[in-house]
Amino acid sequence: METTDLLLLARAQFGLNIAFHILFPTLTIALAWFLFYFRVRYARSGEAGWLATYKLWTKVFAITFAMGVVTGITMSFQFGTNWPGFMLKVGNIAGPLLAYEVLTAFFLEATFLGVMLFGMNRVPAWMHIGATLIVALGTSVSAFWILALNSWMQTPAGHAVADGQIIAGDWLQVIFNPSFPYRLTHMLLASGLTASFVVAGLSAWRLLRAPTDTSALRTLRTGVLVAAVLAPAQVLVGDLHGLNTLEHQPAKIAAMEAIWETGKGVPLLLFAVPNPERRRNDFAIEIPRGASLILKHDPDGELKGLDAFAPDTPPVAPLFFAFRAMVGLGTLMLALAWAGTWATRKGERNERRLPPRWMLWTFAGFTFSGWAATLCGWMVTEIGRQPWLVTGVLRTADAVGPASEASLGASLTAYVVTYAGMLIAYMVVLTHLSGKGAGTVKPLDGPFAKART
Amino acid sequence: MALDLPLIFAALMGVSVLLYVVLDGYDLGVGMLMPAADEREQELMVASIGPFWDANETWLVLGVGLLLVAFPRAHGLILGALYLPVVAMLVGLMLRGAAFELRVKAEGWHRELWNWLFWAGSFLASFAQGLMLGRYITGFESGFGYYVFALLVGASLCGGYVLLGAAWLVLRAEGTLQKKALTWARWGLLWVALGVVLVSLATPLVSQTVLGKWFDFPKTLALMLLPLATLAAWISVWRSTGRRDNDESGPEWTPFAGAVAIFVLAFAGLAYSLFPYLVMDRLTVWEAAAHPSALIFVLGGALVVMPFLLAYTVFAYRVFRGKVRAGLYE
Repeated sequence: METTDLLLLARAQFGLNIAFHILFPTLTIALAWFLFYFRVRYARSGEAGWLATYKLWTKVFAITFAMGVVTGITMSFQFGTNWPGFMLKVGNIAGPLLAYEVLTAFFLEATFLGVMLFGMNRVPAWMHIGATLIVALGTSVSAFWILALNSWMQTPAGHAVADGQIIAGDWLQVIFNPSFPYRLTHMLLASGLTASFVVAGLSAWRLLRAPTDTSALRTLRTGVLVAAVLAPAQVLVGDLHGLNTLEHQPAKIAAMEAIWETGKGVPLLLFAVPNPERRRNDFAIEIPRGASLILKHDPDGELKGLDAFAPDTPPVAPLFFAFRAMVGLGTLMLALAWAGTWATRKGERNERRLPPRWMLWTFAGFTFSGWAATLCGWMVTEIGRQPWLVTGVLRTADAVGPASEASLGASLTAYVVTYAGMLIAYMVVLTHLSGKGAGTVKPLDGPFAKART
Repeated sequence: MALDLPLIFAALMGVSVLLYVVLDGYDLGVGMLMPAADEREQELMVASIGPFWDANETWLVLGVGLLLVAFPRAHGLILGALYLPVVAMLVGLMLRGAAFELRVKAEGWHRELWNWLFWAGSFLASFAQGLMLGRYITGFESGFGYYVFALLVGASLCGGYVLLGAAWLVLRAEGTLQKKALTWARWGLLWVALGVVLVSLATPLVSQTVLGKWFDFPKTLALMLLPLATLAAWISVWRSTGRRDNDESGPEWTPFAGAVAIFVLAFAGLAYSLFPYLVMDRLTVWEAAAHPSALIFVLGGALVVMPFLLAYTVFAYRVFRGKVRAGLYE
C-alpha cells in the first residue's frame, strides 16, 4: 500500500477519535461551572426547584463525563499506537505536559465526581459544594495542560537540543508559548458557549412539552444569558487569535482565506470554491480589500499567499470551508442568544416571559451548535498545521507508526461502529432526560439534612 | 550519587499498573458478574462501584502516561505490537463506561440491552488485558502455542477480576448477594490458580534470562517464599469464602485482602522476572528512558501531587464506606 494512503488512514482514524473525544470535554468543562452555580443557588435559597435543577444537570454531566473519560483513554493509547514517532521525537516535552494533566486534573475530577454524584447525603453541604467546585476546577485545569501541549505543537517555543534529543530548555516558555493564551481563551469560551447552548436548548425542549415548567424557564434564561455575554467575547478573542496565527503560522491563514498569491489589498471571500489545480477560486463572492482590512487592519495591507510557503502548505478547501462554517455558526449563535435574552426578559408583573414557540424550537435545534462550531474550529487549526505535526520540528509523515492497512482498517471500523452507537444513545438519553424535566426532588433526608449552609 | 531516574519511573509505573489492576479489576469483575445476579442485586452491584470506577480507570491513564513519558521507545514498541488487543480493550472500556451511565436512565428492554453491554464491555476489556499480558510476557513471539497461551491468560485474568469483584461484593453487600458472592469468589479463585501456574511455568520456558534468575541456588530458596506466600494467600481466600458460606463469622475483608495479596505477589514475581527489561530480553528501562530533564520535571510534580492524590482517594473511599444500599444512586 502507498505510504501516503497509510498516512491518510492513520490520520483519519486519529482524527475520528480525537473529534469524538473533544465533544465531551468541550461540554463538561463549562457545564461543571453551571453545576456549581446551580448548587450554590440551592444552598443559598434552600429551594427544592434549584435542587431538582442541580440533580437533573448532574445526570447530564455524569453521562458526558463518562463518555469523555472512556474516549480519553483511547487517546492516551493512540499516541503510541498510531504516532510512535511523535513520542520519540518530542516525547520529552509532550510526555510531561500530559503527565501533569493526569496528575493535577484527571484524578481530581474523577474522584470528586464520585463525591459530587453520590455523596450528597453522606457529606456536609459545604463539603459537597466544595466537591462540585473541585470538579469544575479540575476540568478547567485539564484544559490548561492539553491546550499548552496543542499550542506548543502549533507554535513551539522554549525547546533546545541536547544529547541529540529535543528537550525543554525553559518550561515556562514551552507552556506559555506564543499561541497558548489565545488558544486557551478561545477554547474555554467555546466550551462556555457549547454548554450554554446545551443548557438553553434542552430547557427549550422541555418548555415545548411543558410550557409551565418554571425550572426549565429559569435554566433557559441562564443558558441564554451566559451565551449572550460569551458570544461577543468570542468574536473579539477569535479575532485576536487570528492575528496571532497570522504572525506565527501565516500559511494557515493563507489557506483559510484561500489566498493563492501574495498581494496587497486582498479581498475577503464570502464564498468560493478553491481550485487547487489551477490555484484560483471559482465562483468567488468577495468584499474588496476585506481580508487585508481584517487581518492587517489596513485596506492596502500586504498578505502572504500560499505561493510564499510552498511546498509546505496545508490543503485549502477543508480550511476554507470549516472556517466559514465556524464563523457562520458563531454569528447565528450570537444573534440567537441576544434575541433570546430579549425574549426572556421580565414581564410587567415581574414574571419571566416565555419565548414564542418558534424561538423555543430554534433553541432546541441549536442544542449542539457549539459542538459543530468547535469541531469546525479544530479542523481549521489542526489541518492548518499540516504537513507538520509540530510546526518546523516534526512532519506528520515521519511520526506515523508501522500498523498495517488491515489493522488500521479493522480498528477504524470498530471505532466508527462504537462511536455511532454511543453518540446516538447519548443524544437519545439527553433528550429523554430533559424532556422529563427536573420535576421536584425531595430535599435532603440523609444524616446531613439539617446541616444545610 | 545522582538519582537513578529510569529506575524510579519504572517503580512508579509498576505501582500505577498494579493499582489499576486491583482497583479497576474489582469493578470490571463486578461488571462480569452482572448476568449471574437478579435485578435487585444488579442495582446493588452497580451502586457499589458507582462512585469509584471513573477514578479507578484513571490509574490506567497514569500507567500508560508514565510509559509514554518515561519510556517513549518502549511505549511505541509495546503498544504497536499489541495494536489489536489494545483496540479491543478500548472498545470494551468505552462500551461499559457508556452503558454504566446510560443503563440507569433507561427502562424496559433498553435497560436490559445496556446491562448486557455493560457485561460484554467488562468482559471484552478484561479478556483483552489478559491477552495483552500473555503476549507481553512471551516477548510478542508469534506461533500457535503462543496464541493459545495468550488466550488462556486472557481467561485467567477474567477469573482474577471476577475474584476481586466477588470479594469486593462480600465486603460491600449483605444477605443473599453476599452469599452468592462467596460462591463466585471461589470460581474466580480456580481460574486464578490456573493463570498463576501457567505464567510461572511459561516465563522461564520462554526466556533463558528468567530461568537463570529463578533457578540460581541458593537464591532460589529465598525466592521460593514468593510462590509459597501466594499459595498461602490462595488457601486463606479459599477457606475464608468457605467458612463464611457455613455462616461462621470471620472478618468480611479477608477474601478481598487475600485476593489483593495474590495479585500483589503475582505482580512482584512478574516484575522480578522481567526487570530490568521493559520488553523481554530486548529493551531495558535504561535504554528506553526519556531525557533526564523531562523525567525530573515530572518527578517534581508527582512528588507534590501524589500525597494529595492518595489523601483524597482515601477520603472518597471513607465517604462511601459501609454496606451499599439500593437507591444510593439517586
